[in-house]
Amino acid sequence: MEQYDVIVIGGGPAGLAAAISAHENGAKTLLIEREARLGGMLKQCIHDGFGLSRFGERLAGPEYVERFIDRFRALGIEAQTRTFVTRVERHEASFTVVTVNQDGLTRYGTKTLILATGCRERTAKQVSIHGTRPAGVFTAGTAQHFTNLLGVLPTKKCVILGSGDIGLIMARRLTLEGAQVLGVYEAKPTPSGLTRNIHQCLHDYDIPLHLSHTVTRVFGQDRLTGVEIAEVDNAMKPIPGTEQRLECDALIVSVGLIPENELAESLNVPLDARTNGPVCDGQLMTEVPGVFSCGNALHVNDLVDYVSASGEEAGRNAAHYAQRTRDEIVLGASENFQYLVPQRLDRGADNSAVTVYFRSRDVLGKCRVTLTVDGRAVWSKQYPFLRPPEMQQLTLDFGSFGIADAASAQFEIEVEA
Amino acid sequence: MKELVCIGCPRGCQLKIEKNNRDEWVVTGNTCKRGEAFAISEMTAPKRTICSVVKTAFPETPVLPVRVSADIPKERIFDVMAQLRTVTVTERIGRGDVVIPNVLGLGVDIIATSNILRT
Repeated sequence: MEQYDVIVIGGGPAGLAAAISAHENGAKTLLIEREARLGGMLKQCIHDGFGLSRFGERLAGPEYVERFIDRFRALGIEAQTRTFVTRVERHEASFTVVTVNQDGLTRYGTKTLILATGCRERTAKQVSIHGTRPAGVFTAGTAQHFTNLLGVLPTKKCVILGSGDIGLIMARRLTLEGAQVLGVYEAKPTPSGLTRNIHQCLHDYDIPLHLSHTVTRVFGQDRLTGVEIAEVDNAMKPIPGTEQRLECDALIVSVGLIPENELAESLNVPLDARTNGPVCDGQLMTEVPGVFSCGNALHVNDLVDYVSASGEEAGRNAAHYAQRTRDEIVLGASENFQYLVPQRLDRGADNSAVTVYFRSRDVLGKCRVTLTVDGRAVWSKQYPFLRPPEMQQLTLDFGSFGIADAASAQFEIEVEA
Repeated sequence: MKELVCIGCPRGCQLKIEKNNRDEWVVTGNTCKRGEAFAISEMTAPKRTICSVVKTAFPETPVLPVRVSADIPKERIFDVMAQLRTVTVTERIGRGDVVIPNVLGLGVDIIATSNILRT
């Protein structure tokens, strides 16, 4: 059985960055990808806007990820594509990864694992919509796959449910290709996607955004022929009497992303109910020693630049991983955070440059984020506003806050008058 | 005064733009220079990048992703889209290669954004 220092599962932007970083830090590395080509979701994200913080350029998705693929290949890092991980076995100080591909079953041994499995779209079945089950109900990502990889326009006239970024991007994309987008319907009172996407994808093309509205029913036998829209109340329940029927041939659903953590769960990696990703420490190691998490498997990011950065972080730490007992404290976050990563800090680790990612639970005006260690405020920063769709990222030297001897550490958001 | 949301980066700054008494644009609410440039461009000659795909002659890769090499006037977006529909790529070109030079005389090229035909 071939032995590795690091096995990376997933060949998207997180996995590529993780494998490159692990290799550059001296680890014998293998990357496993189930699709034929590396690049993950970015293969079909042909729109621009990627890489602004990393490269200072506005790149299309393939341009961004192919820079990493080129580097990965130039370094001669091993990859198994069209290969699916069926099982991971955990031993005392190592793991066995069992894969299947056209050559059959293979077992690989590794000291560490990096889970870079990305996320999945929530489907129409996960939001309650009544009616028949005709063709023409797509997730935004599926519509994107048809349009951008297969060159097939999946609709002539559609309704988009949910204002997530992929839905907004697809509203523009389908409009550019000549389809009619009747409107984007969002059950929440505020949009889910980035504000700039509301502007450049919807407003630029006069596509209406209807907040506090949802799709309650679909019509059609073989193919979708229409949907029923209703207004919703504060509890997001449809208000009787507000229903209206729209004729269309497709319903495109963009109602959220869920980190993919089936393998993590099979290894009994504890997940955070707020992120749906693994609980991890400042080195992006999960609660299972030797198992690291990064990218959208860890928490759903809105910028691929952050995904790559977390991959590099996980790759470097996995390469330097040495077994020892961790001495962890909880890195807390007050109720008005939607989530904060990492959720733990290992007091014995080098915490001099830990990247913290967070989102606020609600739209907040001028506010101050404060870190208290053992009840003492050690750091704070003012924000002009915080919006749940726009993730915040900062790198802090927790060492300088005396974390090595601290009993508690907590982030709080205080709204200023 | 006009209120705008900057599309330069994901921060999405809320901009305000108006003219002062010397007939100069004054932009507030921006956190960087890009915001100022964007607001003035929105008031004078709005521009956008467009990204799309063009047909290829290769059945296993039916479309190739492309974009404009620099922003184009917003009102020409659909004219450029119409041009893209007339093209079929027959060579295995790569990232950065020109698919349509100087599209519609706008002074920008349509370039490939992927090496998908080469891998």
